Amino acid sequence: MRQNKIIIEPNKSIKYFWQELWQYRDLFYFLAWRDVLVRYKQTVIGIAWSVLRPVLSMIVFTVIFGKLAKLPSGNIPYPILVFSAMLPWHFFSNTFTISSNALIANVNMVSKVYFPRIIIPTVSMVVSLVDFMISFVILIGLMVWYGFYPDWKIIVLPFLMFLAILTSLGAGYWIAALNVKYRDFRHIVPFVAQFGLYISPVGFSSDVIPEQWRLLYSINPMVGVIDGFRWALSGNNAPIYWEGFCLSVVLAFLLFIFGGIFFLKTERGFADVI
Amino acid sequence: MNSIISVENLSKKYIIGYQKQDKYNTFRDALMHNVRSVYQKIRHPLSFNKEKIEVEDFWALKNVSFEVNQGDRLGIIGHNGAGKSTLLKILSRITAPTTGRATINGRVSSLLEVGTGFHPELSGRENIFLNGAVLGMNRHEIRKKFDQIIDFAEVEKFIDTPIKRYSSGMFVRLAFSVAAHLDPDILIVDEVLSVGDVQFQRKCLGKMGDIAKEGRTILFVSHNMNAVEQLCTSAILLEAGEIKKLGNEVVSIIKDYVFVPDGTSYPNEWISNDENTYKNDYFRPLEFYLSDTEGKKLNMPVRNDAEMWVTIVGEVKKLDTALLIGYELYAEDGTLLYGSAFTDSHPDNWPEIKKGKTTLRSKIPKHFLNEGLYKLELNGGLMHKEWFFLPGMKNPAIFLEIKGGLSQSPYWVDKRLGLIAPILDWE
Repeated sequence: MRQNKIIIEPNKSIKYFWQELWQYRDLFYFLAWRDVLVRYKQTVIGIAWSVLRPVLSMIVFTVIFGKLAKLPSGNIPYPILVFSAMLPWHFFSNTFTISSNALIANVNMVSKVYFPRIIIPTVSMVVSLVDFMISFVILIGLMVWYGFYPDWKIIVLPFLMFLAILTSLGAGYWIAALNVKYRDFRHIVPFVAQFGLYISPVGFSSDVIPEQWRLLYSINPMVGVIDGFRWALSGNNAPIYWEGFCLSVVLAFLLFIFGGIFFLKTERGFADVI
Repeated sequence: MNSIISVENLSKKYIIGYQKQDKYNTFRDALMHNVRSVYQKIRHPLSFNKEKIEVEDFWALKNVSFEVNQGDRLGIIGHNGAGKSTLLKILSRITAPTTGRATINGRVSSLLEVGTGFHPELSGRENIFLNGAVLGMNRHEIRKKFDQIIDFAEVEKFIDTPIKRYSSGMFVRLAFSVAAHLDPDILIVDEVLSVGDVQFQRKCLGKMGDIAKEGRTILFVSHNMNAVEQLCTSAILLEAGEIKKLGNEVVSIIKDYVFVPDGTSYPNEWISNDENTYKNDYFRPLEFYLSDTEGKKLNMPVRNDAEMWVTIVGEVKKLDTALLIGYELYAEDGTLLYGSAFTDSHPDNWPEIKKGKTTLRSKIPKHFLNEGLYKLELNGGLMHKEWFFLPGMKNPAIFLEIKGGLSQSPYWVDKRLGLIAPILDWE
């Protein structure tokens, strides 16, 4: 089972990449387990946090965009419109934030132990996923409250989640790798998380974007993910803009693939510069 | 094939010093540097780029080649900065070599630090699993060894307590214990035994000995020459990134490391030839030698029935009440026999120190040391504040060789066993 002959050379071949990743699957598991455990160790605060944050932002967005700005929401109750977007968005921003800083937060592991480095930023999606599940329960409660039920399209949610994972990890890999050498990339992270919340269609429906700009708007892969979520969760009330969605999907894949390649290319120098 | 590790021409280059002033390498700096140099080129198209990046190559390892056989215990020794840790890091795949290659046949576990990945909020139990996974064990292995690990670490009672409440001793014991129960073909260990109390250190060394007895291969870096001598079957002496000596004569290699600063001879006097080597505000060493009672320099070897005076000549540049000057005496195997300074006795008996050129003398009594070679290293500093000569670095050093004159007893003809050979009174 173990790869028994190790050849150490200046340029590592990535021939064994998958094999190695498989060997270290337990490390992935335990690191994820550590993150989840630590996050919910002080149980009340831990879970309350992952409930409060999306709920409060949902209320604020509903009041500002729905009540004050009176933006259209189709036939969907505004809180559900916001919350169904809040879920993937929070998943993205959590994963992206943690994975970008993951290498720096684990300096000791990077400089003292060998393992496929890509495990570290990747693990961070697990905690966000747990948070996502908790928020999802709230969404269900909200839907029951408003008597608003999704139809069969809900089955595409796993695919949309997969898309959100690709986007957040792709971006996370880039920044994590750059962060090792240039520490000021960590200032970009909160900026993206903050700014992205307002330029992504979280507080409003993408329908408010003028028709001629919608394709351009979809360059942000999270637009595709969020629109997809609304489409999947709100019956026939949120039609999807397919051209934009396809563009988002393609870009999400590209972001992930190139982010991963960039990470693997720079990986070997991490211990020298961190 | 019985060579389990084979290293061929391994070299590692680090690039040090990026730009004149900055230490932090931020993207902003890199960006600004480019912007500024473009701007300068536009303003003064013919001038040289003033902010030229000063890149200096530093070879931490140079063409290192060696082979390790199955079951060997290889000690890697050398002064700080000789490349020991770099070598271990390359062999543990943490960092990549610049040139050369190494082939390893077997499963490697490296232990460059104990407790990597430990999380303070988690309990001892949880951390064992986590740390085990970090070190490359899978969960079945960890579960299988779990009881042994707790047993070895002696922390059963606290196994469900978060380790942030552990004492540092308990922390280290637990951390080492996880590492000690790895099941590798090759174990790479860096100076981790220097942690913990003496009793536990002994236990760790014992454990490493057990691992070795099972026929596993060990690569061991340490400054503790006793540990190297006890544990290792072969040794490599590194100096400035190159192998100076390697082989199975561990004791003789250790002797080289401890004893031969310039690689060839055992000088019996040291004379300063450069003002800046040991620069400080207080004391500049000028000469360091051994003399007889009349002050005449001694030639080696010396008989053990002669009194010897350690003589330190230096210039006191600034007086300070905390100033102390002395020497340390090492035996052949690197053991520090003792250290002494002019401030050892009651303050009334201290020699008077004045500004300017000063000569300090201290007697090594006759019939005190044994036959053999000893090293004396100059030591000095401000008590509790700073060292002029950091212990363990390349300090002014001289060698003392004693031969003959051990005792007038008819039974005592050869070198005595032990590091010293005093003649004590019996009634």
